Amino acid sequence: MTVIQKKAVNPIAHLSAEDIEILGKELDAIRDRVLAERGESDATYIRKVIRTQRTLEISSRAVLLFSLFPPAWVVGTAGLAAAKILENMEIGHNILHGQYDFMRDPKIHSTTWEWDHVSPAEQWKHSHNQLHHTYTNVLGKDNDLGYGIMRVDEDQKWHPMHLGQPLWNFINACFFEYGIAAYDLELGRNLQKGRHKSPEFRARARAVGRKIRRQFLKDYLVHPLLSGPSFLSTLAATFTANLIRNLWSHSVIMCGHFPNGVETFSRTSIEGETRGEWYLRQMLGSANISGSRLMHIMTGNLSFQIEHHLFPDLPSKRYQEIAPQVRALFDRYGLKYTTGPLPKQVASAWWKVIRLSLPNRDAARREPVTPALASGAA
Amino acid sequence: MTTTVPRPPKRLSVRDRLLRLAETVTTPLLPEDYLDLVAPLRAGAALRGRIVEVRPETPDAATVVIKPGRGWQGHSPGQYVRLGVDVDGVRQWRAYSLTCPPDGADGRIAVTVKAIPDGKVSNHLVHRARPGTIVQLDQAQGDFVLPEATPERVLFLTAGSGITPVMGMLRAGLHTRADVVLVHSAPTAGDVIFGAELRALAAAGGLRLVERHTDVDGLLGVHELDDLVPDHAERETWACGPVGMLDAVEGYWTSRGLADRLHTERFRPTVISAGEGGAVTFTGAGVTVEADGATPILDAGENAGVLMPSGCRMGICYGCVLPLRQGAVRDLRTGDLTTAVPGDGVLIQTCVSAAAGTCDIDL
Repeated sequence: MTVIQKKAVNPIAHLSAEDIEILGKELDAIRDRVLAERGESDATYIRKVIRTQRTLEISSRAVLLFSLFPPAWVVGTAGLAAAKILENMEIGHNILHGQYDFMRDPKIHSTTWEWDHVSPAEQWKHSHNQLHHTYTNVLGKDNDLGYGIMRVDEDQKWHPMHLGQPLWNFINACFFEYGIAAYDLELGRNLQKGRHKSPEFRARARAVGRKIRRQFLKDYLVHPLLSGPSFLSTLAATFTANLIRNLWSHSVIMCGHFPNGVETFSRTSIEGETRGEWYLRQMLGSANISGSRLMHIMTGNLSFQIEHHLFPDLPSKRYQEIAPQVRALFDRYGLKYTTGPLPKQVASAWWKVIRLSLPNRDAARREPVTPALASGAA
Repeated sequence: MTTTVPRPPKRLSVRDRLLRLAETVTTPLLPEDYLDLVAPLRAGAALRGRIVEVRPETPDAATVVIKPGRGWQGHSPGQYVRLGVDVDGVRQWRAYSLTCPPDGADGRIAVTVKAIPDGKVSNHLVHRARPGTIVQLDQAQGDFVLPEATPERVLFLTAGSGITPVMGMLRAGLHTRADVVLVHSAPTAGDVIFGAELRALAAAGGLRLVERHTDVDGLLGVHELDDLVPDHAERETWACGPVGMLDAVEGYWTSRGLADRLHTERFRPTVISAGEGGAVTFTGAGVTVEADGATPILDAGENAGVLMPSGCRMGICYGCVLPLRQGAVRDLRTGDLTTAVPGDGVLIQTCVSAAAGTCDIDL
């Protein structure tokens, strides 16, 4: 295991292989308890959130028909931004994780849901659910570590391009949904290696193109046109709402794995990984955000990133419920439960982006100081 | 996705154009997703209904009166309807016979449900369903119906909730057009669903009713019919009830060359304990589950979170049919084995088929 902060102390040195397996069993027990209770209240909850989101979106768009009047512009823009945030975070992200597949409702199912986002749900599910959630924080395997455009760990190789990464990160934040779409397409790698001519890549690129076109038409043509004389102000309002949504989701997502205290893992550390070790990697590789209930809903409960990474397919509102139990496990096993208020976590993540835009000060410290996480690894 | 030869562009109707425009307004959702918020029963919506009344019939049976959406196309007496009910947050589909006349008041329809032990949906509908709840519906189906020309003499053999499709026929006025005998079995007099109504009908001379209370009199033997209904061989017969009863009736009628005068409706599959089981792969969904030889593939898939097409769950509506790409499955009713080699796409009913070894389902 490699540690971002290069701590003198290995955070898991005190745990034996047996401890880790027992820890895994305790987490399995938490999961089983939630599964036994899962049902009506979860279904009612997501239906209510969906109904609220749709009502908010319709009414905000209706208000924006009169966006020439500044108060209407402000109210409509704020409402639309909130609706879009809710749609992406608490609804889209979580449904696409299969959290509500148990309902057997074809309208609310990971295989049928399409979200208000330029990355087609299908492609996002692959890069996020499959790759990121499997290889969480494994250097060289989890592209979420810097999204392939940034260096967010000492062990990632420095390149002069990284000097500009605070700027890239800011631009990425503003146009985050496009960044995600490009990321899901593995655009950089595919263009570099000349794979962009493969029929498979072209089909996926076309799907993204279609999605962008539809999203663009809706937000920047049809709704402004419907507003008649308010065309330009509605256009500006939708652009602003998308911008706010992008900045918000970028911030929340940065807080999940970048703040101080989060560990990363070397490629070889996951060879032969047991279930207990997998759990442990999720625990050490994620960070939470503390805050109010509204704040948790608006982050799609990704403020409970640790719980989400342990159990990505449990209904999101359950994360808050089990958080005290999970945290008690951290305490009992002497592990650090990384959490903090949003401003602190965002600042911490940004500081890392800025700090690591420069090469490491001390090259010698790049040597791994801690042993591999997986018992099977060399 | 299949590729098709490009078709010549069709002229779009005004309605289609409006719909397309509406879709650009609501993308990635559909206009219906918003309309469903305010008018779930409107014309053109996926068929649904609203429960307006749950009326107890016996201690463990209740009539559920439903106002169907505008798309409801009506039914013939004796047919059933599939209901999709959310129980503990999980959508469950079941088929129930319609017990109301086809042209019911206010366009309402009714099914009568008997709570069976451990029956998830039946217990929910009988004991917990509340007026106002929206349920999913399918159009009425089933061929347990009267022929166009009403036969002169009719015999109904029913037991338990098997009375429900027959009640639909009686309430539609069959007894005014034909000479009807009804032989009905239930544990006690109090367990006879629609007991009071049937007895009143019999008292008024509408039909001859033979009640059999099996807790006291024991199960009805099929040979007893010779005494109970001496002319049963000359009657067009409809039978509905438990599997054992239907098997006996079918055997008796067939042995005497009367099979063409008998119509049966099986509500529950004859589940045999098939062996084996195996890994079931849903290729499109990329999911593989281990299923035993007694679990329907439909249940195995649903338990693994796969969104399965489903229907009556008793092997009659073909709403759950999927191609078996390779491997073997066993029909839980008959024990018949169906096999497919790669390249095949044998259609199987997932609700009554269990894995008989490794199999790939195209979904």
